[in-house]
Amino acid sequence: MSNYEDEKITMLVRRVPVVILLNLIAFAAIIARLYFLQVCESDKYKVMAEENRISTRFLVPPRGLIYDRNGEIIAKNDQNFQALMIAEQTPDIEKTLNRFKEIVELSAEQEQRIRKDIKNKKRFIPIKLRDGLNWQEVSKILLHAPDLPGIEINEGLSRFYPYGDLYAHVLGYVGPVAEKDKKDNPMALVPGFKIGKSGLEKYFDYKLQGKGGTVKLEVNAYGRVMKEIERDAGEEGNSLNLTVDTRLQQAAYEAFGEESGAAVVLNVRTGEILAMVSKPSFNPNLFTNGISYKNWNELLYNERTPLVNKAVSGQYSPGSTFKIVVALAALESGAIDYNTRYFCNGAMKVGDTKFHCWRHAGHGSLNVVEALKYSCDIFFYETALKIGIDKIHDMAQKLGMGYPLGVGLDNEKGGLIPSKKWKQARYDAQWTQGDTANAGIGQGYVLATPLNLVTMLARVVNGGYEVVPTFIKPTAKELKKIKRLDISTRNIELVKEGMFEVVNGVGGTAGRARFNFNGMMMGGKTGTTQVRRISMRERMRGIIRDENLPWKLRNHAWFMGFAPTDNPRYAVAVIAEHGSSGSGVAAPIAGKILQKALELDIK
Amino acid sequence: MYELGFSSERSKWLDKLFRVSFSYIILICILAGIGVTTLYSAANGSWKPWASAHLIRFGMALLVMMMFYFLNVRYYYKYAYWFYAVSLLLLIGVEVSGHIGMGAQRWINLGLFKIQPSELMKIGMVLFLARYFSSMTMHGIRSMRGLIIPAICTVLPVALIAVEPDLGTALMVLSTAAVILFAVGVQWWKFALVVLGTGCCLPIIWGMLHEYQQNRVLTFFNPERDPLGAGYHIIQSKIAFGSGGVFGKGFLHGTQTHLNFLPEKHTDFIFTMFSEEMGLLGSLSLVIINMLLIALGYIFAYRTRNYFAKLVIIGLNTNYFLYVFINIAMVMGILPVVGVPLPLISYGGTVMFSIMISFGIIMCMSNTQSVSHTFDEDA
Repeated sequence: MSNYEDEKITMLVRRVPVVILLNLIAFAAIIARLYFLQVCESDKYKVMAEENRISTRFLVPPRGLIYDRNGEIIAKNDQNFQALMIAEQTPDIEKTLNRFKEIVELSAEQEQRIRKDIKNKKRFIPIKLRDGLNWQEVSKILLHAPDLPGIEINEGLSRFYPYGDLYAHVLGYVGPVAEKDKKDNPMALVPGFKIGKSGLEKYFDYKLQGKGGTVKLEVNAYGRVMKEIERDAGEEGNSLNLTVDTRLQQAAYEAFGEESGAAVVLNVRTGEILAMVSKPSFNPNLFTNGISYKNWNELLYNERTPLVNKAVSGQYSPGSTFKIVVALAALESGAIDYNTRYFCNGAMKVGDTKFHCWRHAGHGSLNVVEALKYSCDIFFYETALKIGIDKIHDMAQKLGMGYPLGVGLDNEKGGLIPSKKWKQARYDAQWTQGDTANAGIGQGYVLATPLNLVTMLARVVNGGYEVVPTFIKPTAKELKKIKRLDISTRNIELVKEGMFEVVNGVGGTAGRARFNFNGMMMGGKTGTTQVRRISMRERMRGIIRDENLPWKLRNHAWFMGFAPTDNPRYAVAVIAEHGSSGSGVAAPIAGKILQKALELDIK
Repeated sequence: MYELGFSSERSKWLDKLFRVSFSYIILICILAGIGVTTLYSAANGSWKPWASAHLIRFGMALLVMMMFYFLNVRYYYKYAYWFYAVSLLLLIGVEVSGHIGMGAQRWINLGLFKIQPSELMKIGMVLFLARYFSSMTMHGIRSMRGLIIPAICTVLPVALIAVEPDLGTALMVLSTAAVILFAVGVQWWKFALVVLGTGCCLPIIWGMLHEYQQNRVLTFFNPERDPLGAGYHIIQSKIAFGSGGVFGKGFLHGTQTHLNFLPEKHTDFIFTMFSEEMGLLGSLSLVIINMLLIALGYIFAYRTRNYFAKLVIIGLNTNYFLYVFINIAMVMGILPVVGVPLPLISYGGTVMFSIMISFGIIMCMSNTQSVSHTFDEDA
C-alpha cells in the first residue's frame, strides 16, 4: 500500500515542477507584455489616450464690422442659431433625420446637402442641418432632444447687411468655404465659418476674419463634454471704415428708379469713393447661409445682370464723355486753342467713309467750348484726326483710363484705350484714319468703366491732380503725395467751361439736369453710345427712334458731372444701360446725386 | 496547550486556528483590499455601488473560507464524489431551467441568492479526480482502462458548461482536469493524441460556437477588424495600459476608465483600470502578489504528506492560476476576451465565494501533516 503511495508521490514530484514551470512561463509572458505596453509603447498609447480624451473645437471669431464714413454700421454680425449633427453620436442617422424633419422644416435641397455632408465629412465633424433657426424652432428641438441624439444647437454669428441691396456690389457677401479651398484652412471645417466671397468682404477678408480660437474639451467615450481644459478665444476681426456715405449711396440708388446701370461718386480732391451703386442689385443676406438654387438662377439669368458690379466691371464705349480727353489732348499738344474753329455741316468724309454728326443739320462753326457744349461730333473728328490716336491715348491714360484702378473689387475692369501699337498687336492690322475719328467721339475701340470715367473727370476738375479712387480714407501723408499731372491750368479751365455750358448754357445738351443749390451748380458731359450698328439703309429711311427698339438694343446713356462748378468737390459718373439718352436719362440721375452730395456737404 | 487548561476539544480547534498560514491569508487580504480601492475608483471615487459591497462580501467570504478550513479533511475525501455529483446535477439543472443572464444560462436561483453550478464544478472536478486517483495504483493510472471514467467525468461537465455557453469556464475546467491528469502521471503521448484529435475536430467546434464567440476569437486575432465593435474593448484596454506608463496616472485619475472608454471596468477589465492608474509598478506588484499566492499553494502541496490533499491543492491552485492568467492575458490582448474575471478584485459574488472556498480547502489540505498518508486506513 505504502509502496504504491510512494510511487505515486514520486511521480508527482517529477511532474509538478513541469506544471510550475508552465505557470512561470505564463507569468513571464504577462510581465513581458506589461513591460511592452507600459514602457516600450507607452508614448504611443499616451498620445492615443489624449486623442480619446481631448476634443479640440475651433471657435469662429466674430467677423470685423464695416462702417460707412459716418460710423453707420453697414455690415454686422447677427445671432444665428444652427442645428448641428455629429454623425458619430447618432446611432440611427436616418431615423433621427426623419424625426428632425417632423420638427423643423427642411427643404429637399437642404436635405440633399445634408446627406452629401454626412457621406463626405468625417464622422466626428458637426454637420449643419439648419441655419437661422428662430426661437420657437430652437425650443422645439431642445424639447425633443431625447429623440434627436447627436443633434445640438449652436449659437453662432451670421453676417447681416442692414441695408440689404444697397451695398451688395461694394461689400459683396460672405459664404461657406468652397470644398476645394478647405484643406488650406483648418477653420473651414467649422460650421458657421464664412469667408468673403466677393466685394470688399473678399478683398479685406484677411483683416475682417480675425484669428480663430480653439477650445480643448475633455470628452467621454460617448462624446459628452466633461469639462473645458483650455481656451484660446482668438481675436475678433478688425473693423473696416469705408469712405462711402450711406445717405448719398441711398440717394444714388433711388435716383436710378427702374433704370439699370451704375454710378460712382468721388471726392475729387482725395479720390475717396463716396458712393458706388450698380443697378439692379441683389440681397447679399441671401448668400450668408447658402443661397437657394432658385434665387441663384434668378440672379444669374436676369438679363439686367444684377450680380455684375457695373461700376467697375461694366465696360462701355464712353461716347461723347470721351471728348473731354480728346479736347485736353488737343489743347495740350497745341494743335488747337480757344480760337480754333471747325465748321460742322452734319457730316464729313474720312477716307472713303462718311462720318455723321449726331445732329443731322449740323452745328455750323464752333470752337472747343461750344463743341463740348453741343457735343458736336464733326469738331472732334477733325481734332482727333489732327493730333492722332497716340496723343489721345497718352492723355486718357494720364487721366486714369484704360487700366484697372485697383479699388479692391473683384472683376474690376480697366476699359480700353486703343493705340496704333495695340491694334497691331491685337488685330495685326494698320491703324486707320477712321479708327481715329471714331475714337475722337469715344466710340470704336474705346471702352471705359464708370470708375474710369469718374476718375478721369475728377483728375480734370480738381486741377490736374492724380487722385486714385479708394474706399479707404487716405492719410494726410498720402494726400500730400498726390502728384500734379503735367496739364496746364488754362486748358483745364477751358474744358471745365465747356462742361459748365453743357449743363448751364442755353442749348447745352444737359440743360434739363440743371440745378442751383445755394449758388452751387453742376457741370458735366453727356454721352449716348450706340449698342447696335446703324446701317446705311436705315440712315436713308430714317433712323428708328430709340424708344421703339427692344431694351437690349437701345443706346447706353452716360453722364459725368461735377459740382460745384467753381472749386469742384464731387464728381459722378452715371451710366444708364440702354437708357437711350445721356441728356434725358443719365444727366438727371447725376444731377440728383450731386445735389444730394452738396446738401449733405460731405467733407 | 493542555497545560493552559483548555479542554481537549477546544484546544484542537485553537491548535488548528494557530496552524493556519497567516502569510497566505495576508496575501488574500491584500488582493481583496486592492479590489476594494480599485472599485472605489471605478465608481469615480465612491463607495457605492461596488466598493462597499465588495468589502462586505469579502468579509463574509472570509468566514466561509475559515469554515471550509475547519472542516475535517476526511469529509472532503468522503464526500468528494457526492460533491461532484451534486455539481453535475445542478449543471444539468441550469440547462433544463436556467436563469437567463448575459444571454447565457449560467445561474440557478435559490431565492436568497443565485449560484453558478459551473463554479461549483471547478471544485467538484478537482475533488473527484483527486479522490479517484488517490485510490488507484500507479499501474492503473498509466493504463488505458483507468482513464475511461475520469475522461467521461471531465468531458461531460465541460460540454455542459460549453453549451451554456460559457467557453471561458469550460476551458478552465478542462485545463484544470488536464493538469491533474498530467500531474498524476498520465503519459505524454496520450495528451498529444487528445490535442491532435481536438485539432481535427476544431472546424466542427467552430461551427457550434455562437456568433459572438466566433467574433471574439476573430477579433482577438485582429482587433482592428472592427475598431468600433468587438475590437474596441481590446484597443481601448491596450491604450489604458500603455498610457498608464511606469508610474500610472494616479488613483482616481485614469482617463480611459473615468471617461468610459474602457468597458466593464469594474468586472473583467478591472486589471486594466488598476494598471492605468497605478502604472507598471502597480500592475507588476499585483502580478507578483498573485505569484506568491500560487507559490505558497505549491509549497503547501509539497509539505502535505497526503496524496489526496496534494492533488486537491494542485488542482485548486491551478484553477486560481488559470483565473489570474486568463483574465490578465485577455485584457492585455494575449488571449481572446472570454469573460473571465480577476478573482478577489473584480466585482462579483459567485467568483469571490467559490475562490474563497477553494482557498479554504487548500488551507485545510495543507494541514494534513498530522494525518496519515491515506484515509482508507483510518476508515
